[in-house]
Amino acid sequence: MNNLLEAHSVSKSFGNHVALNKVSVTVPQGSIFGLLGPNGAGKTTLIRIINQITMPDSGHILLDGQPLKNAHIKDIGYLPEERGLYKSMKVGEQALYLAQLKGMQKAEAKKKLHEWFERLEIGDWWNKKIQELSKGMAQKIQFVVTVLHEPKLLIFDEPFSGFDPINADIIKDEILRLKNNGATVIFSTHRMESVEELCDHIALIHKSNKILDGNLIYIKKQFKTNTFEVGLKTTNPELVRQNLTEHFAVSPAEFRTLGDELKLNVKVGENESSNDLLSYLTRQGEVSHFVELIPSVNDIFIKTVKSN
Amino acid sequence: MNHLPLIIKREYLTKVRNKSFVIMTVLSPLIMIALVTLVAYLSQINNDKVRHISILDESGLVYDKFTDEEFTKYTILDNMTLKTAKTVVKASDAYGLLYISAFDKPESITNGIKFYSQESPSISVISDLETAIESRLTDLNLIEKEVDISLIKSSTIDITVNQENFDGERTSTLDSFVKLIFGGASGYLLFMFIIIYGNMIMRSVIEEKTSRIIEVIISSVKPMQLMLGKIIGTSLAGVTQFVIWIVLGAVLFTSVSLIFDIDLSQIQTPQKELLQQSLSDSDINTQVELAMAAIQRLPLVNLIIAFFMFFIGGYLLYSSLYAAIGAAVDSETDTQQFMFPILMPLVLSVYVGFFTVIEDPHGTISTLFSFIPFTSPVVMLMRIPFGVPIWQQIVSLIILIITFILAVWFAAKIYKVGILMYGKKASYRELLKWMKY
Repeated sequence: MNNLLEAHSVSKSFGNHVALNKVSVTVPQGSIFGLLGPNGAGKTTLIRIINQITMPDSGHILLDGQPLKNAHIKDIGYLPEERGLYKSMKVGEQALYLAQLKGMQKAEAKKKLHEWFERLEIGDWWNKKIQELSKGMAQKIQFVVTVLHEPKLLIFDEPFSGFDPINADIIKDEILRLKNNGATVIFSTHRMESVEELCDHIALIHKSNKILDGNLIYIKKQFKTNTFEVGLKTTNPELVRQNLTEHFAVSPAEFRTLGDELKLNVKVGENESSNDLLSYLTRQGEVSHFVELIPSVNDIFIKTVKSN
Repeated sequence: MNHLPLIIKREYLTKVRNKSFVIMTVLSPLIMIALVTLVAYLSQINNDKVRHISILDESGLVYDKFTDEEFTKYTILDNMTLKTAKTVVKASDAYGLLYISAFDKPESITNGIKFYSQESPSISVISDLETAIESRLTDLNLIEKEVDISLIKSSTIDITVNQENFDGERTSTLDSFVKLIFGGASGYLLFMFIIIYGNMIMRSVIEEKTSRIIEVIISSVKPMQLMLGKIIGTSLAGVTQFVIWIVLGAVLFTSVSLIFDIDLSQIQTPQKELLQQSLSDSDINTQVELAMAAIQRLPLVNLIIAFFMFFIGGYLLYSSLYAAIGAAVDSETDTQQFMFPILMPLVLSVYVGFFTVIEDPHGTISTLFSFIPFTSPVVMLMRIPFGVPIWQQIVSLIILIITFILAVWFAAKIYKVGILMYGKKASYRELLKWMKY
């Protein structure tokens, strides 16, 4: 798989403050790439460098194998976290202006805009001023403007903020549709459930350094602890717990079931498989619940950030 | 990709379509015309009022010098003491009472002349009275000294010094006056233009910051392009406004004065008095002819070229600074601390222009300030009608252009960093730090 974007040890300081310290990331073609990190970690600086808004102090960035240059502006669509539109300008006029700034021809932009407006059912907003629209409505326009010129690389910084759940869902579907049409997406957010749902790859930036990156499934495999959530119906729970503790690392667990069976988190040793645990359990009682605990992005995020 | 024309077009259209711009453009000349008409009308009313002045001349030698004029009527009082005269005049609606005491010699009279009135009299009334009395007393004095007055009158010579420079071009007091008007007007125009449209640019930068569109825009265009587009677009809107004002003003002025038949020359302006003094007796037609001739003697080509060069240079210099200020702050209320260093040289240049240049267009101060880039556009524009050597203009222009380039570079740096800074209160130290980013 080709990489659409490669950042090689990019550094940037503002005065004495180091915003990025030799950060390298690779964004595979056609992926949805989650750029994560606590507030102030340096995500926005990296995104701005990719957008050529700020220049890096050192390091370089390749887009489609070529060093980043002015002509790449039309290949990128950027929805910043701090976003807005000219309040007193009309929707259509403004969208046309922004599209033309991205290098589109006026007629083509107009045609595509009408298509988008129709699909999102906002066609009658064309002659309204932004200040007459609600925040969510303006966000929709902003989204359309970002993706209108069909860029290879889309960068969304908190794309769902300001949307109600229904519209957030519409936008999510649109992002997935764009991905299926071949776009690569860099996605920066604090909403871990959207990362879980959308991202194939992630990078975690903390205090100006990249501390984790890669394929999400691969990362999850790295972080999994071979722990299983177990529900066991038995006549003597105390005895079973003691027996288990001799073989495995056991801790109490909390999950909802229909009965009041013994609930435990059981960690399997490195040389054992889930089958070993399962067969052991069946000898102790009736197994009503058996699930491998897969670490959530949220867990991975918190764990990695805290350990650094 | 060059987006400059696109940005200029948007900035221009946004400004021109703005409601307050339209209102300002249409309303300003109307208000101006209304004001001028009002002033003209009022001063006409004022002049229409007939003043009655009573005269008590105990010497009996001066009163016949006063003859009724259109708006001033004289009443000669007889056989009265000063006290009765005062009571009589006070009771009547007369403007005042002129009292001339009896005297032996015209030279000894000075303290014996008084003017009594309810309110302090207008300066022009008093000076008219003084002129009349002086002339009569001088005559009397001459007669007393046995001088033949008719001989003096016939030998009086009236001269005007014909001024000419070494290249043989004629100049006159009127010439200086015309130069003053041309220089002053162009300098002041630049000053106003910078303040009005500089502010407009600043507000438009702040608007992009507060509406948070700035990051969207600069992911497509370079901040430098955006800044220049903004400056040029706004200036074009400004030029449009000026052209509309001039056209509208001319049309309205003519029609109003035609409709109301108000003689606009009634307005007494200091300039007009100056003009009249310099031309004492010639009638209005020769005045106009002389003025036209004076205008034709101006270095017009030089003036027009220099006007454009210095106007553009000065305007761009200041407006880039305005743009930088807009980028450095979050709201218009925060701009105060940065406005002062911009307004200072501007105001200074207008003062230097109006005081020093008029006094001595080629003096040290005027020359110096016409080279300092922050004051040179205004001061040089005011000096040029008086004839400034071309090399001086070129040197001043080069200094201005170099400063302008530096200022744009400096402003662009601040602009680039500032537009993405929110919530940080910018101080001068902070700005210095931005330069290094």
